[in-house]
Amino acid sequence: MNTQSNAVPESFDSQGIAPAAMSATRPMYWSVRRELWENRSIYIAPLAVAAVMLFGFLIATIGHAMSMHDPARRAAVLTEPNTFAELLIMGTAFIVGVFYSLDALHGERRDRSILFWKSLPVSDLTTVLSKASIPLVVLPLLSFALTVATQWIMLLLSTAVMLGSGLSVAPLWSHMPFFQMWLMLLYHLVAVHMLWYAPIYGWLLLVSGWARRAAFLWAALPWLAIGIVEKLAFNTSHFGAWLGYRFSGGAAGGSFTADNASMDPLMHLTPGKFLSTPGLWIGLAFFAACIAAAVRLRRSQGPI
Amino acid sequence: MTVIEARGLRKAFGTTIALDGINLRVEEGRILGVIGPNGAGKTTALNAILGLTPYQGELRVLGRDPWTERDQLMRDVCFIADVAVLPRWARVSQALDYVAGVHPRFDRAKAEGFLAKTDIRRASKIRELSKGMVTQLHLALVMAIDARLLVLDEPTLGLDILYRKQFYDSLLNDYFDRSRTIVLTTHQVEDVQNVLTDLMFINRGRIVLDCSMEEFESRYLEVTAHPEHVASARALKPIHERQVLGRSILLFDLTFDHVDRQQLAVLGDVRTPSIADMFVAMLGNKPGNKAGEAQGAAR
Repeated sequence: MNTQSNAVPESFDSQGIAPAAMSATRPMYWSVRRELWENRSIYIAPLAVAAVMLFGFLIATIGHAMSMHDPARRAAVLTEPNTFAELLIMGTAFIVGVFYSLDALHGERRDRSILFWKSLPVSDLTTVLSKASIPLVVLPLLSFALTVATQWIMLLLSTAVMLGSGLSVAPLWSHMPFFQMWLMLLYHLVAVHMLWYAPIYGWLLLVSGWARRAAFLWAALPWLAIGIVEKLAFNTSHFGAWLGYRFSGGAAGGSFTADNASMDPLMHLTPGKFLSTPGLWIGLAFFAACIAAAVRLRRSQGPI
Repeated sequence: MTVIEARGLRKAFGTTIALDGINLRVEEGRILGVIGPNGAGKTTALNAILGLTPYQGELRVLGRDPWTERDQLMRDVCFIADVAVLPRWARVSQALDYVAGVHPRFDRAKAEGFLAKTDIRRASKIRELSKGMVTQLHLALVMAIDARLLVLDEPTLGLDILYRKQFYDSLLNDYFDRSRTIVLTTHQVEDVQNVLTDLMFINRGRIVLDCSMEEFESRYLEVTAHPEHVASARALKPIHERQVLGRSILLFDLTFDHVDRQQLAVLGDVRTPSIADMFVAMLGNKPGNKAGEAQGAAR
C-alpha cells in the first residue's frame, strides 16, 4: 500500500490556516433547529390544538351565535372563545415543554447519538442552552403567534358568516380589544412562561441529564416526598401551597385571570410588583444553578 | 509534529484500573492501530483523547487539553465512536445541514460527492438505512471535514466484509494524506494489517507492544517448521508456538541475539506473522504463558 512507504511526518502547510470564521451564534441556531427537527411535537401539538379549536368554533359557536337576536350578546358569544383559545394553546405548550425538557438530555444518551453530537465543535453550554431555549423562548413565541392567528381566523370566520347573513359586524369588531389582548398575552408569556416557569424547566433539564432511567419519576418524587414528609411531620401543607403558587404563575399569574374584566385589563399589568417579588429572582437563580449543573453533567456523561 | 502526547495517563473506574499510566506519542501522518482484548482500555484511552472522559496524568492532543477544550478540539478532530451513533430520527439531508451549519471545516460538496457513490438517498431517514449505509454516511460526513486527527473506535463492527473493505479503501484513497493522522481500534485486525503504519497492543490498561509496521516486519518472523526441524527450531526459543494441520508454526523475535533470518529460513517456510497471530502470541489468555516474556521483550 503506497500510503505506508511515505508515511514519514513532514512539516505541513495547512497548519497555519485558521478555521473559517464562524460567528458564535451559528452553532446555537443550528442546535435549536436540530431540536425542532427531532421533536416535531413542539409545533405539531399546539397546531393541532388550534386546528381542533377552530373546527369546534366553526361548527358549534357560530351556529349558537347566529341563533341569537341581540347583536351585543351575539358578539359576546363569538368573542368568548378567544380566552379559551389562549388558555388551551398555552396549556398545550406547557405540557409539551415539560415532556420535551424531561427527554432533552436523556434521549441523546439513550440512543447513543450523544457520541455524534460530541464529535462536533459545539460546546456543552451551547447544547444545554439550545435545549433550554425550546420551552423558554420557542414555545412561548409559538404560543403567541398561534394564539394571534387563531383569534384572527375566528374573527374572520365570524365576520364572513355575519356578512353572509346580512348582519352588521360593527358590534363584533368593537367587542375585540385586540391590541390590549395581545399585549396582555405577551406580558403573560414573558412574565410567567419565560421567567416564572424557568426554574421548573431548569429542574426538568437537570434531571433529564442526570437520571439513567425514569426521568419523570426522579423529577417528581423529591417534591412529592417533601410534601408528604411535611404533612406527616407537621400536618401542614405549606410546601404544597408553595408549589401551587409556582405553577399558578405566582405574582404575575393574577394579571392574566383578570382578562376580559369590565375595566381596562391593562390596569392589571404590574411589572413593578412582579419584578420586586423575591420568588422570581430566587427561581431564576435556581434555574441558573440547574443549567450550570446540567452543562457539567453533560461534559462527563456518555451513552447509557 | 506530535499530534497526541500522553504521559502517565491513568483512569480508574472505582477499583477497576482502565488505564495504568500509559505513555503514548503519535506523530502526524501516521495510522495507528490500537489492538487489545475486550476491556483492555482501548476505548477509555480514545475517550480521554477525545475529551469524553476525565483522566489523570498528562495528555495533549494537537496542543490542547481535551477535557477542558473539547469543543475547540473538535474543529480539528473527528471521530466515529461506534457504528450507529448517528441520530436515527434525522434525515440524511438534515445530518448534512447540521454538520454544515456547525462545523467551520466541513465541505458539503465533498460529502455530497461521497454520497453520490452510494445508494443513500437524501430524503431517507437514518433509521431506514442499513447498518452498512449508516457507516457510509458517517464516513462521508467525517471525510468531508478537513480535520487533522481522525479517531475511529470499532468503525466497522458488525459490517460485512464488502463494506469493511470499502470503508478502509475510501479512508486510504480519498481521505488519508501525510498531514492527517488516524487512530483506530478494531477487533477485525486482518482488515487493517495493510492499512496501519503503526501498531500498538494494549492489555489491562498497559501498552504491551508499540512499534511501526516496518519495525514489526523486521522484528518478528513466523516459521512453519519442517517436521524434521521442529526440535531444533524449538531450541531457538520461539516466543510462541502453535499447531496448524499437524505442523508447528513458531514465532520468533529477531531482536534476540541468538536467532537470525537465515538460520530460520533453513528450518522451514518463513513469513511475517499476521497481526492476529502476533496478538494471540502476546496476549493469549493462558495465565503464565509467553505473554509475560513477550511483554518484557516489547519496548
